[in-house]
Amino acid sequence: MEQLVLKSGGWLLVAVIAVIAVAASADFGFSVHMAIVAIAALLAMTAGLQKANYFAFATAAAPRKADHSRYDDDPVRWGVIATLFWGAAGFLAGLYIALQLAYPALNLGLEYTSFGRLRPLHTSAVIFAFGGNALIATSFYVVQRTCRARLAFPTLARFVFWGYQLFIVLAATGYLLGITEGREYAEPEWYVDLWLTVVWVAYAAVFVGTIVKRREPHIYVANWFYLSFILTIAMLHLVNNLSMPVSLLGSKSYSAFAGVQDALTQWWYGHNAVGFFLTAGFLAMMYYFVPKQAERPVYSYRLSIIHFWSLIFLYIWAGPHHLHYTALPDWAQTLGMVFSVMLWMPSWGGMINGLMTLNGAWDKVRTDPIIRMMVMALAFYGMATFEGPMLSVKAVNSLSHYTDWTIGHVHAGALGWNGMITFAAIYYLAPRLWNRQRLYSLRMVNWHFWLATLGIVLYAAAMWTAGIMQGLMWREYGADGYLVYSFAEVVQAMHPMYLIRAAGGLLYLAGFLIMIWNIAQTIRGNLRQEKPLSDAPFNPDADRPLPAQAAEQPAPLPVPANEPVAQPIAAE
Amino acid sequence: MSYETFRHFADSWGLVVMALTYLIFVGWAFLPRNRSRNRDAATMIFKDADHG
Amino acid sequence: MASKPFTHGHIERNVTILAVLSLLVVTIGGIVEIAPLFWIDSTIEKVDGVRPYTPLELEGRNIYIREGCYSCHSQMIRPFRDETERYGHYSLAAESMYDHPFQWGSKRTGPDLARVGGRYSDEWHVQHLKNPRSVVPESIMPGYSFLASRELEVGDVSRDLRALSRTGVPYSEASIAKANDDLLAQADPSRDAGDLAKRYPKAQIRDFDGDPSQVTEMDALVAYIQMLGTQVDFKAAAAQEQMK
Repeated sequence: MEQLVLKSGGWLLVAVIAVIAVAASADFGFSVHMAIVAIAALLAMTAGLQKANYFAFATAAAPRKADHSRYDDDPVRWGVIATLFWGAAGFLAGLYIALQLAYPALNLGLEYTSFGRLRPLHTSAVIFAFGGNALIATSFYVVQRTCRARLAFPTLARFVFWGYQLFIVLAATGYLLGITEGREYAEPEWYVDLWLTVVWVAYAAVFVGTIVKRREPHIYVANWFYLSFILTIAMLHLVNNLSMPVSLLGSKSYSAFAGVQDALTQWWYGHNAVGFFLTAGFLAMMYYFVPKQAERPVYSYRLSIIHFWSLIFLYIWAGPHHLHYTALPDWAQTLGMVFSVMLWMPSWGGMINGLMTLNGAWDKVRTDPIIRMMVMALAFYGMATFEGPMLSVKAVNSLSHYTDWTIGHVHAGALGWNGMITFAAIYYLAPRLWNRQRLYSLRMVNWHFWLATLGIVLYAAAMWTAGIMQGLMWREYGADGYLVYSFAEVVQAMHPMYLIRAAGGLLYLAGFLIMIWNIAQTIRGNLRQEKPLSDAPFNPDADRPLPAQAAEQPAPLPVPANEPVAQPIAAE
Repeated sequence: MSYETFRHFADSWGLVVMALTYLIFVGWAFLPRNRSRNRDAATMIFKDADHG
Repeated sequence: MASKPFTHGHIERNVTILAVLSLLVVTIGGIVEIAPLFWIDSTIEKVDGVRPYTPLELEGRNIYIREGCYSCHSQMIRPFRDETERYGHYSLAAESMYDHPFQWGSKRTGPDLARVGGRYSDEWHVQHLKNPRSVVPESIMPGYSFLASRELEVGDVSRDLRALSRTGVPYSEASIAKANDDLLAQADPSRDAGDLAKRYPKAQIRDFDGDPSQVTEMDALVAYIQMLGTQVDFKAAAAQEQMK
């Protein structure tokens, strides 16, 4: 009881301090943010009190169901739902700003709805809210299974989840209010950065703590990637966000670095947000969920060792390729280019390791839409990690930089790799987390797969065309020795491509909405009655005893008999 | 050391040293004695009944 | 265990070694690439004319950042024939040496702005910012008419200069002390600008938004746009180069 009073008092104190900050703040945006903090603190206090009441007066009422399950999955379930929610928000924002580029009237003339403020909202929502929640949720799931241990510090794990949501809300509302540090993918202001640091340290503590208390001597490869992702993001975040606040009661701060140094620090951060947030973390998902769904061990564990160390070593060098031909010293540009090209190898090593995991089970690509999604994710990963090194070659970059080609490249990776592997992981997780026999509908997964794939193809093709066209038009000289096109003419030429891009985004969003419906029904415990996706017609010629060699092939791994949830979903 | 000599070193011997280190590392990871340990590690995610 | 040779298996069983090694591996690249930028002198070659922003320009720049202009406009001209012809002399490192943060950008949905200062009139900029398609029919830029009606509210701008001087921008004590006066004086010719032009060479002092009754956010933003890329005199620099 004493602890409860202390805790509630603590939250109340935070709320009071935040309210004082609202009153004393130097600008409107900071007031809004402190009000949000106050509300969050009060909510935390209320939640704590409600839970406590339950304990205190529970003797008469039904006692709270003790959690006897082997693993602590509540934060994972919340994380899955948060991933779906923020995904929808982020994709919708993306579609909206895509349409703004085709129809500028959609900016509505309001400051809150103009492209410049919505664009960071879109990028942060998809990378940090959608991707971040997917990473936190899957890492909590995977680390428990592979360590055969419950989460260390369960309260802290819940704090990580809710603290991260608060970070997202503060960042997102900040963008709309015009609170930004003005550096791509690191836009949140100093106090939001500090808050994220606290949450991230808690996240690292829960993750490492769970590994420390593991009941399995070996640390599985997925955890190496998660660990490296958590530690490296902490390092990048801390260094890149060093800044000098104007006032401790105001939102504005100035970056500690300027010009060239600021540019390289920022792209060292920016590129490795891609490398460690969107690659290492999602590769961790790949190393767990692909083998599990395919029911085969990863193709080569030794390759995964090489993959891990070379990937994390090389990625960190590649940042300067965002600054080719700028005022950054030439030696740094060259280093960035060389390491980016080398990075191609570990990237493809990882892709091959994932794809070849299906060796001997390739028929699952036909029968299991979740496997199909994973294969497509890896295919897009391979494509994007080939395109990346290519774009980082200075000669190519001189054409592609500043154009929509970069946007196409990023989205091939983000929609194709990060999106698809996340969808597949969530389809894998949902029946298991909510203890359902299977997903609500496999046919809907199939629809989602095709809508998303078609959407990406439209998106990427449109942006490649747009980018190369832009690059060529900007540099085109006529016979008279003058530039042929004015800038505005190039803008005008982009219009059809921007429309196709928006259509691609619409398809991708439509597929995602089907997913939300499918997962919601799965959570409610409904099963859609539907025809199986594929059934082999009777073939009298094939109806004969299996050839002798088939018996020599390794038997499929044993599926636990007493665990209905673990039945292979693909078999249904 | 001047910028030019430094850059020359990085372009030549630096690269060779890095490549050799890399090859040694790969060889070390691929030593045959690691084979059974790696197989165990790769299949450990299937050991458990509780959808682990 | 101790007698056996060290294999990767040891790393796979010890989270401390794994964490320390992976952190070590990821720090190398950053240290090698970023640290030298702070002590190699040739990173930023000295150029005459680059000075810190005036308070009004600084507030304009903050509006530029606030509205996310960097999403679509770069401020970094690359040394290619078409770019120097379209936008002007390629950008020098020194020109952004007081930019906290840098605004080089990564995308040209709109044109580069590194040297847009002085290319168009104030009236053109005001009209273009209010309604871009009234002057450039093909433009897809959002309209920012709200800037023209909103008074520039910055509180105490000397605190901004103080914060910047802590990060290394050479604002003099006099400039910090006079920051609030400087801010208003630069956009309002009826006020006494004092030695503003002396402390900030080439500072443009006039009413930028065509509305002398108040200092608006439009004043600040146009003041910032009109000074972009104007600090270095490339004609003089070229003459110097030839003399060497």
